[in-house]
Amino acid sequence: MTPLLILICLVLITIVVIQIGKVTELASSIRGEEDTQFETNRWSGILSLVFLVVFLVGCVYSAIYYKNYMLGYGPHASASQHGGSIDFLFDITLFFTGIVFVITHIALFWFAYKYQGRKGRKAEFISHNNKLEVIWTLVPAIVMTLLVISGLDAWNEIMPDVADDEDFIEIEATGVQFNWLLRYPGPDNMLGTRDYKKITGVNPLGQDWTDPKNHDDLQPGEIVLPVGKKVRVRITARDVLHNFYLPHFRVKMDAVPGIPTYFIFTPTKTTEEYRQELSNYAEYQVPSDPDDPNGPQRWETFEYELACAELCGNGHFSMRRVVRIVSEAEYEAWLGQQKSYYLGNIRNGDEDPLKGQVLDLEISQRKTDFTTAVKQALGAPDSVEKVIPLNYVQYETGSSTLTADSQYELDNLGAGTQGECLSAD
Amino acid sequence: MANTRTYDEDVLTEEHGFEDHFHDHHHGDKYQTSFLTHYIFSQDHKIIARQFLITGMFWGLVGALMSVIFRLQVGFPEESLSWIKPLLGKWITVNEEGFGTLAPEFYYALVTMHGTILVFFVLTAGLSGTFSNLLIPFQVGARDMASPLLNMFSYWFFFLAGVIMFYSLFLSTGPFAGGWTAYPPLSILPQASSGSGAGMTLWTLSLVLFVVSVLLGGINYVTTILNMRTKGMNMWRMPLTIWAFFITAILGILSFPVLAAGFFLLMCDRTLGTSFYISEIFVGGQALENVGGSPILYQHLFWFLGHPEVYIIILPAMGLVSEVLAVHSRKPIFGYKAMVFSMLAIGFLSFIVWAHHMFMSGVNPFLSNFFVVFTLIIAVPSAVKVFNWITTLYKGNIRYTAASLFAIGFVSMFISGGLTGIFLGNSTLDIQLHDTYFVVAHFHIVMGVAAFFGMFAGVYHWFPRMFGRFMNETLGKVHFWGTLVGAYAVFWPMHYLGMAGVPRRYYSFDNFDTFAHFDNMNKFITIAAMVVFALQVLFVINFFYSIFKGKVQKTKNPWGATTLEWTAPIDAPHGNWPGKIPAVHRWPYDYGKDGEDFIPQIAPLAEGEKDHGH
Repeated sequence: MTPLLILICLVLITIVVIQIGKVTELASSIRGEEDTQFETNRWSGILSLVFLVVFLVGCVYSAIYYKNYMLGYGPHASASQHGGSIDFLFDITLFFTGIVFVITHIALFWFAYKYQGRKGRKAEFISHNNKLEVIWTLVPAIVMTLLVISGLDAWNEIMPDVADDEDFIEIEATGVQFNWLLRYPGPDNMLGTRDYKKITGVNPLGQDWTDPKNHDDLQPGEIVLPVGKKVRVRITARDVLHNFYLPHFRVKMDAVPGIPTYFIFTPTKTTEEYRQELSNYAEYQVPSDPDDPNGPQRWETFEYELACAELCGNGHFSMRRVVRIVSEAEYEAWLGQQKSYYLGNIRNGDEDPLKGQVLDLEISQRKTDFTTAVKQALGAPDSVEKVIPLNYVQYETGSSTLTADSQYELDNLGAGTQGECLSAD
Repeated sequence: MANTRTYDEDVLTEEHGFEDHFHDHHHGDKYQTSFLTHYIFSQDHKIIARQFLITGMFWGLVGALMSVIFRLQVGFPEESLSWIKPLLGKWITVNEEGFGTLAPEFYYALVTMHGTILVFFVLTAGLSGTFSNLLIPFQVGARDMASPLLNMFSYWFFFLAGVIMFYSLFLSTGPFAGGWTAYPPLSILPQASSGSGAGMTLWTLSLVLFVVSVLLGGINYVTTILNMRTKGMNMWRMPLTIWAFFITAILGILSFPVLAAGFFLLMCDRTLGTSFYISEIFVGGQALENVGGSPILYQHLFWFLGHPEVYIIILPAMGLVSEVLAVHSRKPIFGYKAMVFSMLAIGFLSFIVWAHHMFMSGVNPFLSNFFVVFTLIIAVPSAVKVFNWITTLYKGNIRYTAASLFAIGFVSMFISGGLTGIFLGNSTLDIQLHDTYFVVAHFHIVMGVAAFFGMFAGVYHWFPRMFGRFMNETLGKVHFWGTLVGAYAVFWPMHYLGMAGVPRRYYSFDNFDTFAHFDNMNKFITIAAMVVFALQVLFVINFFYSIFKGKVQKTKNPWGATTLEWTAPIDAPHGNWPGKIPAVHRWPYDYGKDGEDFIPQIAPLAEGEKDHGH
């Protein structure tokens, strides 16, 4: 009901103001127009000065009050390598524009006060001053040159694509209404091919399952990255424009259907480190859930977030994913736990074009399993436990010939593994 | 005041004026024979100007009311909005407990309509349409526009565009809700947003009609200024208002057709199955056949209009403010030629900076280098203009009226909003600031509030020229001070939101911890927005009250201005001057020259006197 009350108050105030307006006009016609004008000039001059003071003080005060929102300051420091150059450029731009802002506003409202119309005063006829005009053309030109140069310097540092010989992690983010679908390349470090016409309910990215590069790709529910390692995010969209926005890392790039884009950044602070930094600030030392005063504090529950920054429809405001930055070891451990999307959701299902066939991926997995089994058997103290289960050896029904798959598997097991097993025997 | 000599405009016009035998043929007044041809289908530029203004004010109220409604949702999500259900119907969803919220699709529809209406209908048609029509014939000394008929069509195409847009608000699938820039694929796919169905069709239709209106008007303005200036009115004797309208019209003529072309391709994609803007889309459980198009192509075409458009909005305001500041400081505008050249520079540069809206849209980052350079160059002519306005006040004798106050407020807003443009024009900073509230703050201050201030200055100043009465000055000053403080209260905090990374066009911030902790600021902004809205209602009341009951204008030239519009009779007939057209002998800024308060343009040069306009 608050808005309604405010609305009613506003209506009442409006009526009062209109009445005052009518009365003062009446009064001015009684007093004489010229005198009223000088009186008005005086008041307006004074109000100009008051506004100048209140406005400038308000600007400075609010800037100090909200200093923790400033780019690159306090809890709002960037968490990526290139973020620092953005924050620095923001600060020098703020410095120069701040000077201009204060000087021009003082001049504007001071002149408004000082040169208010007074009885008996005449304006001076000053039409132009070439010297002055050249100066105030040149000074902004020089400052702009400075800002352009430092801006483009940083821009051309941040934006180019990775070189071939660089060491980086590539991940992929696909915007859909209203979610981000994430993809990691898996152990082969290669993202598999996609075709939007292959998209189905269980294949949200339209991955081509005949491409072996797809078989080990992961589709985790959050972005996990190691600290200090360069990341290239391949950004794309499935339906409409989205924008891959990581506010803490100063990362933002449109996701365009049909035209993949990218952004490259290097996280410099783990989630845990960032939490520790936040713990120093009062606004983060409050319960994160206001209804639970004894629960964890805001800094303890802090997470880096991925958002959408390009209007994409009704759910635009809800495309959240958590981003966790961890140590290299934690990252490896996390990667190890992730299951291939293909093997977990597609393999031998209705949509698997390779249904029934044995994949190289599976062979190498079985190879690892077999070697582990052999080693375990050899190490077992009890002869009863020295058993090597041959899970995947299958014979044609009623025959001693191996099935084609098993034969293929045996042929491709690799001499190394055989030798290893035999010598262990 | 300090006046030393009075001028009788009638005598000057008769003695030195230019006889064009206009009234020998009686073709002036035949248009004014009936109510219908005088007030509705009028071809008189003065009536058309009033039609543009009043239609613009209607749209201004509608657009502003929309912003108040969506600000209520953003500022007070915990308050029930069921009380506006009678107005908004099904767009307010009420749950079992009687708690009403604005439906997200309608929130986005309101945001979209607010932008479209304010940018095109209010700040283009309502501002440039009104004052170009009112002042061009008056100030260049013409009887009317070059083509009064096309001029009438210009208004009626705008009116029709408005009717269609208004109708789209009542569609069952809702009006278009994909943002005022209408980026595809969202604007093409009804599967992705219900407003992209019939709502988008009507939106496009409306804006195509609007383009026609702008072109008809623009061609008229340019032709009138080039061909119909009175005797002695060379280009360097034109007031800055005319220069501003001239450059604005040229920008409109060159850029709006590109928008129309962009919309044409958009319509083809929507209806004929072409793929100019879309490729590889899977939506609504279905893979579309379209391949090979580029959504970014649309953005190029759109912003090729879109960027000049912001100057189409702000240049007329600059012209009005320059004129009002000079008249009320009783001084010439400082650096007249620098003002003209800076407007020409801004106009030219506005065509080669469009991609600064697209730094983060997936264009090749190398391309951005050029757009950063040209964008930041615009700061130089803009700075020159600001310094010149400020210096115009220096050693003046300022007469404070609502008009001159709004002109000073304009300069303040233009500085504040212009300076944040220096942040956003730098592509590196745009990485973080793009599509955040920092952008919302920037463009609202520099082309929203500033343009409105220019428009208000114009309305208060030329109200007597339009209606033969004055607006109530006290209410005008309340309107000014309240709006100045209120507008800063609305938009200044948004800079902090933007720096903190809060994205624009979010229906709710609760999903993200990063954006969720600004409740008090959002409430403050919403309350300030409501106060500012109430002040604009006050202005509208003052406007209509003053048309009928305002203080009557008794003298022809109440502000002591030099320009020609004040030499015509208070109730100027169609044709503006009952006898000869006034001839011009000097530039329009002889204020305070040779110890005289002002010397009108129609006064011949004294012996040995040097004219500044040559």
